[in-house]
Amino acid sequence: MLEIRWHGRGGQGAVTAAKMLAAAALRQGKQFQAFPEYGPERRGAPVQVFTRISDEPVRTFSYITEPNMIVILDPNLIGKVPVTDGLTEDGVVVANFKGTPDELRKTMGIKGRKLYTVDATGVAMRTMGRAITNTPMLGAVVRASGAVTLDQALEEVRHVFEDRFGPKVAEANVEAVKVAYEETQGE
Amino acid sequence: MSVNLKELSLKQETLASGHRLCAGCGIGTIVRMLTHACDYPLVVANATGCCEVSTTVYPYTAWRSSWIHNAFENASATISGVEAAYKSLRRQGKLDQEFRFMAIGGDGGTFDIGIQSLSGALERGHRFVYVCYDNEAYMNTGIQRSSATPLGANTTTSPVGKVIPGKSRNRKNLTEIVVGHRIPYIAQASPSNWRDLIRKARKAFETDGPAFLNILQPCVPGWRYEPNQSIELARRAVETCYWPLYEVENGEYKVNYQPKVKLPLTEFIKDQGRFSHLLRPANAEVLAALQANIDREWELLLKRAGVAPKEAQPAATT
Amino acid sequence: MATKTANRIAVTGNAGVAQAMRQIRPDVVAAYPITPQSDVVEEFSTFVAEGTVPTEFLPVESEHSALSACVGASAAGARVMTATSSQGLAYMWEVLYIAAGNRCPIVMINVNRALSAPINIHCDHSDSMGTLHSGWIQLYCKNAQEGYDSTIMAVRIAEHPDIQLPVMVCYDGFIVSHGITSLEMVDDEEVASFIGTRKPPYSLLDAEHPISMGNLAFTDYYMEVKRQQAEAMRHAPRVIQEVQEEFGKLTGRHYGMFETYRLDDADFVLVALNSTASTSEIVVDELRGKGVKAGILRPRVMRPFPWQEIAQALSRASAVAVLDRAQSPGGNGGPLAIEVRSALYELERRPRMINGIYGLGGRDILMSDIRSVYDRLQKLAEGRGPSEFEFYLGVRGD
Repeated sequence: MLEIRWHGRGGQGAVTAAKMLAAAALRQGKQFQAFPEYGPERRGAPVQVFTRISDEPVRTFSYITEPNMIVILDPNLIGKVPVTDGLTEDGVVVANFKGTPDELRKTMGIKGRKLYTVDATGVAMRTMGRAITNTPMLGAVVRASGAVTLDQALEEVRHVFEDRFGPKVAEANVEAVKVAYEETQGE
Repeated sequence: MSVNLKELSLKQETLASGHRLCAGCGIGTIVRMLTHACDYPLVVANATGCCEVSTTVYPYTAWRSSWIHNAFENASATISGVEAAYKSLRRQGKLDQEFRFMAIGGDGGTFDIGIQSLSGALERGHRFVYVCYDNEAYMNTGIQRSSATPLGANTTTSPVGKVIPGKSRNRKNLTEIVVGHRIPYIAQASPSNWRDLIRKARKAFETDGPAFLNILQPCVPGWRYEPNQSIELARRAVETCYWPLYEVENGEYKVNYQPKVKLPLTEFIKDQGRFSHLLRPANAEVLAALQANIDREWELLLKRAGVAPKEAQPAATT
Repeated sequence: MATKTANRIAVTGNAGVAQAMRQIRPDVVAAYPITPQSDVVEEFSTFVAEGTVPTEFLPVESEHSALSACVGASAAGARVMTATSSQGLAYMWEVLYIAAGNRCPIVMINVNRALSAPINIHCDHSDSMGTLHSGWIQLYCKNAQEGYDSTIMAVRIAEHPDIQLPVMVCYDGFIVSHGITSLEMVDDEEVASFIGTRKPPYSLLDAEHPISMGNLAFTDYYMEVKRQQAEAMRHAPRVIQEVQEEFGKLTGRHYGMFETYRLDDADFVLVALNSTASTSEIVVDELRGKGVKAGILRPRVMRPFPWQEIAQALSRASAVAVLDRAQSPGGNGGPLAIEVRSALYELERRPRMINGIYGLGGRDILMSDIRSVYDRLQKLAEGRGPSEFEFYLGVRGD
């Protein structure tokens, strides 16, 4: 079972990204679960969101305390929030970071695991003109996890954003996912 | 819209005899007038109170219409549910029959514990008539004060003592609170002026939306007077302007009755045990304050209705 | 609309239940929003606004009025639903008993949330546990799927001629209400034919046969009315099982009065409601892998409580831990423990029993917490370890 813990700030769309990934898993015929940590979250406050993806029905409802993947939507959280707490030995880090995985490894002082980076803020500015990092980070997660195909993810993003904001916004977000997917660097 | 006594006498009574209301109680009279004013099958939601406990002692009922009692404070919410069901079932073609809806409660179930439920139902705009039979205290439970109890009245929770001469606050003006809801039809009525009451009830039932009637209901044990005096006391309440008859239709005030000579308040209170202490010289100030409040409310009403007072009446006691 | 493939959709628990409500097409819904129930009402009001449902929706000014209006509408012969949580349910308290006493087959969604004070919006079961004696049938659901399925079944159960009682469908606030999972939906037409139309024995909207409902019953009649109400509840186990069986045939999803997991030969049994029972399955699998005979019993129907069957199901165990997500301070354990313990009384040979209070105000229950409970049970069976009956899980200072 893939257990992802997303770290972002209230208002950055971590919940939407986690939910879109889950729904993309549905498109792939997988079982899933996505839910935020229900704290008194306010805009700008650090938040955690959880996604589970599995071939079997998901039975646990606990928070994810031992994730095998963490996703960092906001580079400013690094060093401020214990994002790597409980990350499994073979776990994966996917970060919005302007630099290579090796540079991230030095910045965070991580040993082992596997690191992926993408300048999600930059991608967001280029594709959408706004620093909303959730859809680019979804692209990065799809790349790093392989849990769903890029096409499934794009289809879901298009579906969600068209529904809420119309085709123009949807296409910009789809583009953000695509570009981030391509620009994600792994080790 | 004339009210014809002969026609009324031919109508079937909706409230059957054999109920357990006190001898002389105004409620039975009021309910009969109200139901006579309705030409459609009626569903009544009754708040806990005298009317409810006295008319439906299981396994009997005095009601020939559909009737429901839910709790003390929720007659308005209850009737709004009935009316919603009616609208929904009619819209879906599951019901043909046309109905009218009435919620009825005392001042306890209306002014006090039921005011939230009433306010909500009025704001939601259900088509129903809310009737408050206002006997100015919690009579059903043993004559405790309510926010409708007038200044100085002696009740079991505002007793006359050495230090405090009865209720220390003026009554609240519920009719004016209802006016603030901007519903289509609002009226105050009295069983003494029966033509006026029935005409208002008809208007209320014809209103396509919420309507509110506040009706003064003399209470034999609560006000402490002879059982044959109920209608007479209601009449004196009107003649003293203690209980003005008026209506507010789509925001327009209309005073329905202006006494030729506005009688002093003592004419209303002198035969009521609940006020007897006010006639003692020691309590002259309380009586004066009560009179002043009645005068102020009356003047305010005339002003709202754009009517000049018929004559200046001294606020003196006789 | 949620993402959909065939009949599977990705939705939150609340959105799933709102879908069930859309398919039920109640005549009247009266509700007041409260976290974590709010989006049930929000989603449903969009169905009303879009004209998807024929429902008359009453956005009332309080929960008290919500249930009061439901009683009026139900007495008028309508199919009626409402939804609430926590303080809202507490505010409805008075009318809960009236709805049951007047035999109004209202279906209520209660998204389980803690009660104040301190104020807290997260999951525990104190709200609905406090209403166990109100005369409502209570169904407890472990996940969104069961919440959806139970909402549909609840209509049939409530309106059954032998029952005519209100039904409360409970599931965990946030944990289930706000988590997105996969939900298998029944087709709209299948739901419609499964639930049929309501056929009320009496109605306020029958001018030919006027009724008085909610009369004053004194010492001479009150008890007969209440006795009849209890009789209706006695029919409930049969009716619930009939409805569940029929639903199982329709959907392939089978429900019982309670659910067991690897219980048959279990020595150590955990009894818990809702999502926690589901989470615990993973620990049971783990323990079974180590040769520990662990099992779970999850009560699904708390009223009527199938105490004889539960006692029988637990009779083989050597030690039982009841987990309560609610308190009854000063009581003989938490509310669920009180029920289970009294059920065991009839057994010739009773298992040892302990009671863990956990998860109040949404405190997360971890696998390690559940492991620790089984550990306690093993020690208890071996005659060592703490012997206290009631203990707190995952709390500071314990």
